[in-house]
Amino acid sequence: MTDVTTAPAYVGVEDLRRVARELLEAGDVRVVIGYEDARRGARPVFVSDPAETDKLIFDTRCVHNLVTYLNPRRDHVAELGKIGLVVKGCDVKAVAGLLREAQLSRDDVVLIGVRCGGVLEENELPAALALTPENVAPRCYGCDNREPTLTDHLVGEPQPEPPRPVMTIDERVAALDDQPLEERWAFWTDQFSKCVRCYACRQVCPLCICEQCIVEKTQPQWIEASAHPRGNFSWNITRAIHLAGRCVDCGECERFCPVGIPLSLLNRKLQHIVRDRYDYTVSDDPENAAPIGDYRLDDQQEFIK
Amino acid sequence: MTDAHTDFEPRITAFVCNWCTYTGADLAGTSRLHMASNVRIIRLPCTGRIDPLFIIKAFERGADGVIVSGCHPADCHYTSGNYHARRRFAVFHDIMEFVGVDPRRMTFSWVSASEGAKWKDVVDEAVANVRELGPYDAYRALAPDAQEPWPAATEGLAPAGEEVAS
Repeated sequence: MTDVTTAPAYVGVEDLRRVARELLEAGDVRVVIGYEDARRGARPVFVSDPAETDKLIFDTRCVHNLVTYLNPRRDHVAELGKIGLVVKGCDVKAVAGLLREAQLSRDDVVLIGVRCGGVLEENELPAALALTPENVAPRCYGCDNREPTLTDHLVGEPQPEPPRPVMTIDERVAALDDQPLEERWAFWTDQFSKCVRCYACRQVCPLCICEQCIVEKTQPQWIEASAHPRGNFSWNITRAIHLAGRCVDCGECERFCPVGIPLSLLNRKLQHIVRDRYDYTVSDDPENAAPIGDYRLDDQQEFIK
Repeated sequence: MTDAHTDFEPRITAFVCNWCTYTGADLAGTSRLHMASNVRIIRLPCTGRIDPLFIIKAFERGADGVIVSGCHPADCHYTSGNYHARRRFAVFHDIMEFVGVDPRRMTFSWVSASEGAKWKDVVDEAVANVRELGPYDAYRALAPDAQEPWPAATEGLAPAGEEVAS
């Protein structure tokens, strides 16, 4: 076991506060959404008073994807006025997703990027810990957006690469792929049977943007609403495929799942599918069309007779 | 065909597009082609109209297998519906396999209005595949108390293999 030590203070935090203060003082934004230190660790905070920007922090506990506040379903946040949003490299891909799908205007938000060297899996800690293979969020391994380009401001110094977790998500997906079909079915139906249909995965997702979710449609009812293995299967598959080629791997659905369904494995598998079939990797470039809703005349069709 | 499933008649739901495969299936019928009678066809405007949820719903309602078929690439009545569907079904096919659904229960095909014979082959092959796999008990076990929503596959129909006077 690696020694768990407190992480060194994030060097860019003064810059972060200064940028936020200047944006608020100049009236460029009405509110800055970032992170603060609270009783149970880091948590999101809305700052509208320039004097309060000293609340803002950034460290390895800042796991939350704050882009979920830009989701058009949360129009009460948009009503606050123009938003300054603190974003990590993974989060900013979700902003690109909203722009790509015309759910957000670039003028509605000022993006304050923070150079991130990975975050912890567990954020409810009194102090930020240095990342180790045991405590790092597995999704951070192999991060490809450590220098975001979509941001208006970028603070912090270049960070070291996140450590390799004990078992990467890719390795866990590969381990499932190696199992026989029946065992994969047993694994997933067992996982889905735990689902209590709280829809936290949907609520927290920055890209689950439908005003009326298919799961709430009752005439006809496509997905059974009760927490029952058959409807749960339908719901979890539907949620996953609706994010195919859109999911930015921020891991919020899995983090919020109260019963611990490994949704990141499904999401990662879908990322592999669109990568292998359509050479598509989700990025923070909003001009890069998502694979579903797009097509090529020569798309693979080996599964079609 | 395995011995265990010799008396099993698969229930197969086919989602087909109006312009090509439905007409192709119609041609198979008017051509008096003899094929397995286990398929129930649901006609839709286009493969682009077929949500993967349809397939899940068919399994929920007791289907042992599903066929999805439409116009060949470049032949879509709406120009690009089948291209969009192709991507959607590729992703769906792969993720269903990942969660343990045997892909042989899901047959995807392009059948044009003139390909009655191909439709017969698609149906016969899908039925043979599903017959070999047996009833989809694993899916039904997700809701063991649910009613059997369909009559037996061949109820009220001419038994397979028997010549129909023309």
